[in-house]
Amino acid sequence: MDLRLPIGSLFGIFGLILTIYGLVGPKDIYEQSLGININLIWGSVMLVFGIVFVVFALRARVHAPSE
Amino acid sequence: MPHAHLGTVDYALLAIYLLFVVGIGAALKRRVKTSADFFLSGRSIPAWITGLAFLSANLGAQEVIGMGASGAKYGIQTAHFYWGAIPAMVFVGVFMMPFYYGSKARSVPEYLKLRYDEKTRGFNAISFATMTLFSSGISLYAMARLLGLLLGWDFPLSIVVSAGIVLAYIFLGGLTSAIYNEVLQFFLIVFGFFPLVMLGLKNVGGWAGVVEKLREPAIHNHFAPGAYTHAWLGMGGSNNPMGVDWFSMAMGLYFVLAFGYWCTDFLVVQRAMAADSMSAARRTPLIASVPKMLFPFLVILPGMIAMALTAHAQTSGFSLPLQKDGTYDYNMAAPLMLVHYFPTGMLGLGMTALLASFMSGMAGNVTAFNTVFTVDIYESYIRPRQSDHHYLIVGKVATVGGILASILTALLTANFNNIMDMLQLVFAFVNAPLFATFLLGMFWKRTTGHGAFAGLMSGTLAAAIHHGLTQPIGEMNPIKGGWLGAVLHQYPSDMAQNFWTAIVAWTVCFVVTIVVSLLTKRTKTDEELGGLVYSLTPKIADPERTWYKRPEVLGVVVLIATLILSIIFR
Repeated sequence: MDLRLPIGSLFGIFGLILTIYGLVGPKDIYEQSLGININLIWGSVMLVFGIVFVVFALRARVHAPSE
Repeated sequence: MPHAHLGTVDYALLAIYLLFVVGIGAALKRRVKTSADFFLSGRSIPAWITGLAFLSANLGAQEVIGMGASGAKYGIQTAHFYWGAIPAMVFVGVFMMPFYYGSKARSVPEYLKLRYDEKTRGFNAISFATMTLFSSGISLYAMARLLGLLLGWDFPLSIVVSAGIVLAYIFLGGLTSAIYNEVLQFFLIVFGFFPLVMLGLKNVGGWAGVVEKLREPAIHNHFAPGAYTHAWLGMGGSNNPMGVDWFSMAMGLYFVLAFGYWCTDFLVVQRAMAADSMSAARRTPLIASVPKMLFPFLVILPGMIAMALTAHAQTSGFSLPLQKDGTYDYNMAAPLMLVHYFPTGMLGLGMTALLASFMSGMAGNVTAFNTVFTVDIYESYIRPRQSDHHYLIVGKVATVGGILASILTALLTANFNNIMDMLQLVFAFVNAPLFATFLLGMFWKRTTGHGAFAGLMSGTLAAAIHHGLTQPIGEMNPIKGGWLGAVLHQYPSDMAQNFWTAIVAWTVCFVVTIVVSLLTKRTKTDEELGGLVYSLTPKIADPERTWYKRPEVLGVVVLIATLILSIIFR
């Protein structure tokens, strides 16, 4: 098993959830994070990281079909 | 202290993580066919994975919580616990790994048997196995206590559920499963703590703000104004937050304690032994050392920020809680920072990171325990010469037993806190001299089994006597020393006393091992010691042609980088 796949998927899912929550969820909770919508910002960072890891894992799988 | 409230999103993140953890174990199940798969991952794991696991196996909850606590209490000086590990990690990768990996020993105690004799191995196996069980139990206790304080979760329930999850993934996937989850944990800590540090720094006005806000507490405690934000300030004497001078720091922490831990503790060495080649095994600790040198900024800074806020509680509105004796409860620094800055959503991520570090800290201990128990105790003393399948089953049973023992220890700890402190101390005595035994064994072929055993015993005894005859100033508790009746020397702090206990233990072990070795006959011939001792091992030609993958090159680069960091924060 290529470990990049579960890592990428976990952070992809985490990122997606936080991004969506940051977009549609309540906004008054961001007072404690200094007025920054940290869910949206960090959620999208994790989403991108997750996608990159999954893409790398899948590319490696295409190049080496045996494993 | 009011409980923090977790929302649905937070619980969703936690649940998804737990699902992944067990899922990884289940996916690896079909790969575990032999005992070598279960205990050593079939020596098949690439270097970047074993490297990150090498780092995370040590990054249990006590580390994450404890380093935040030390950050609040001692400031940036805490970073020495990280930077001090780097020379040891370079040494184990460049010089020692060829013997561990090349000897085909399956565990550190087994190496001791090949190099020395049965009694040295037995002593190390039994003390190490006991120690892992206690650390895993204490880790479990710390987690359940934290979850209770922070979220109001039920103590026994937290213990049983998290132990159950750890059991499930190790039982299914063995060491591979533990290692994969450690890597997952590494990324969770980075992603969970990085935004915390960023928000905290923004709040207090960046690093300059931290420096400015920690001046007042430093002056209040009679240190130089910059004591909490300079790593080496005031170390000409003992007038610094840790109360240690540069010599006991260099000799005690950087040399004896760091080398003793990173070079001989099977918990971390096991990760490197699982690597897929000699070159990968040697690169494992070197890869680990890169994040290691940067981790202070993730785990120590939150504690320092908590302290900066606390020192100006009226304007910041944040203060660390006080304990019964009127001192700050430093252990709550990192967790409370998460609660302070993270709204629902990110809070779930932060809690998942904490829980992950607890669980993999425990899993690291359990996987080291089941291996040492099966290989070095069961196979050697209870039932030798059984089929491989038999030992695989024993390994799985040992996993269950190890988890049950951890739960028991956790419950005991809740009732008898002092007994656990005592045991921790005893193990510190056992561990401190061990590096002398390895150093002599690997680099001096004349070292004998009797010499090693006598050295270990007298080193441990010397540590106990030193601790029994000294005391940190102002301490009356016998667990802190002075329990032999007389106090011959008082140290400025318990940290200074710990460092000197280690120095004494190491020196006594080193000298006694040499003397007894010279007085006794060698029992192993040069042929038997091939691959175990430096001078009798043909120099390995590293097949790695790429220059940046060579252990020596990596080692030098890492050491220079650490030196630069150390100079920046002098």
